[in-house]
Amino acid sequence: MKARAFSYFRAGTIEEALDTHARAGDDARFIAGGQSLVPALALRLQAPRLLIDINHIDDLRGVRCEGEWLRIGALTRHCEMLTEPLITEFAPLLRAAAPFVAHPAIRNRGTLGGSVALADPASEFPAMMLALDAEIEIAGASGRRRVRADDFFVDLFETAVGPGELVTAIFVPLFRSNQRVCFDELARRRGDYALVGCGMLATCKDGVIEAIRMAFFSVGNVPTRARTAEAVLSGVRIDAERIATAQAALDGDLAPPESDEVPPAMRLHLARVLLGRMLGRLGEAA
Amino acid sequence: MSSDIDEAEEAVRVRFIVNGSKVTCAVAPRDTLVDCLRNSLELTGTHAGCEMGACGACLVQLDGRAVHACLMFAVQADGARVDTIEGLSESGAIADLQAEFHRRNALQCGFCTPGMLINAHELLARVAEPSREAIRDALSGNFCRCTGYEAIIDAIAAVAEARVDRAAQEREAASR
Ligand SMILES: Cc1cc2nc3c(=O)[nH]c(=O)nc-3n(C[C@H](O)[C@H](O)[C@H](O)COP(=O)(O)OP(=O)(O)OC[C@H]3O[C@@H](n4cnc5c(N)ncnc54)[C@H](O)[C@@H]3O)c2cc1C
Ligand code: FES
Ligand code: FES
Repeated sequence: MKARAFSYFRAGTIEEALDTHARAGDDARFIAGGQSLVPALALRLQAPRLLIDINHIDDLRGVRCEGEWLRIGALTRHCEMLTEPLITEFAPLLRAAAPFVAHPAIRNRGTLGGSVALADPASEFPAMMLALDAEIEIAGASGRRRVRADDFFVDLFETAVGPGELVTAIFVPLFRSNQRVCFDELARRRGDYALVGCGMLATCKDGVIEAIRMAFFSVGNVPTRARTAEAVLSGVRIDAERIATAQAALDGDLAPPESDEVPPAMRLHLARVLLGRMLGRLGEAA
Repeated sequence: MSSDIDEAEEAVRVRFIVNGSKVTCAVAPRDTLVDCLRNSLELTGTHAGCEMGACGACLVQLDGRAVHACLMFAVQADGARVDTIEGLSESGAIADLQAEFHRRNALQCGFCTPGMLINAHELLARVAEPSREAIRDALSGNFCRCTGYEAIIDAIAAVAEARVDRAAQEREAASR
């Protein structure tokens, strides 16, 4: 099927993109990588009258350190997560997650801002925002603001980004030498959306986990932190007993929805298996 | 809404460099790049399968990177460089890959082959000697309904090895 007819506008600046959207109202969509939007248009799940192309806005590009933060422009492509040295050094969890996002040609075009703005609960990067305690910068009619990932994901495909607003950058706290990251997912086939996945960031001292953030995806309407399991692991050394306690705690943290293919109990089981594997690895690295 | 964004449902002009030549064509904004290549420019080597990003038949190079021509609109390519399977064939850039696919029967109907070749070309440009695992991973978005993937992976692995050997020989010859 083909997209319904629409008009096309190539924005050169953030202001131009916002103004154009404001004038077009509900009938406009921003297009970044288009790797989710174009299939949605082809299926006519969406039929906007205007597409505003943000690919040529320089302010949305680039990765750089700003004080205690790594600023990753919204247009940073998934493939750059694999090759950009600043990401490897200062946001290694994104580097670890990137090979699991779609296929190489899709990664060449898909953007971090698009992935986070779309907030597909099965996507890797939105959950990594939670694990990293990242902040999402949003530009709108009333200027720019930064929203913590913990407050960003509201409900299914619903985020703190208001109508006609633009995600401009992602701010990730700089990775420190006493931190460890771990990423893994269970999928039927490499490149497919995960049945369950998780990213974690631990701050360690002498083999003890001082603090840990763990974010799961594909287990509910929004990426979800496993807060009880995090509490179980804080201030301890990871051992088999702790792993079992954390696995049990997931029952209270995650509530997978009903689905025909993967019943909630099975998804929870897979989440426990995944957590066990990841904590095993993290324990060795701590 | 101002006229510049309201009226553009009719055809717009796109200029780009396709296989090294400057091209201008008129497209509707909703025409995908694969539509434009096949229908307007009659470059039918780029195939349209799922038109959803799932099968990989439509891969082309956009400014040197493999992308799905079904997942972008032709207007978006305005000002860009597009290289299709025709261009890569004519330039000889993938002659060794094509010969090896042929030699190893790595195609039957050939529908998936252009996308497979473009993906393989990009992979070998990035990684000189990828493992079979890495080749599989790179091809994970390309569907082949006929051949199965073993012969395709064999062909890509063989070309990688041959290119590495040739580069080593050339280095040796140069140092002599
Ligand atoms: C076959 C296939 C497999 C895939 N597998 C995976 C996978 O395993 N994991 C995964 O995470 N993704 C996967 N994807 C999706 C892909 O990664 C997309 O790149 C990503 O989800 C969306 O990013 P985009 O830049 O392409 O956004 P687009 O498709 O351009 O936009 C998506 C939505 O976000 C909005 N938007 C985009 N950028 C901004 C911005 N800066 N500010 C505000 N709104 C914005 C758009 O208006 C649109 O509503 C897959 C896609 C395909 C086709
Ligand atoms: S036609 Fe583009 S991926 Fe199938
Ligand atoms: S050769 Fe027929 S689809 Fe691959």
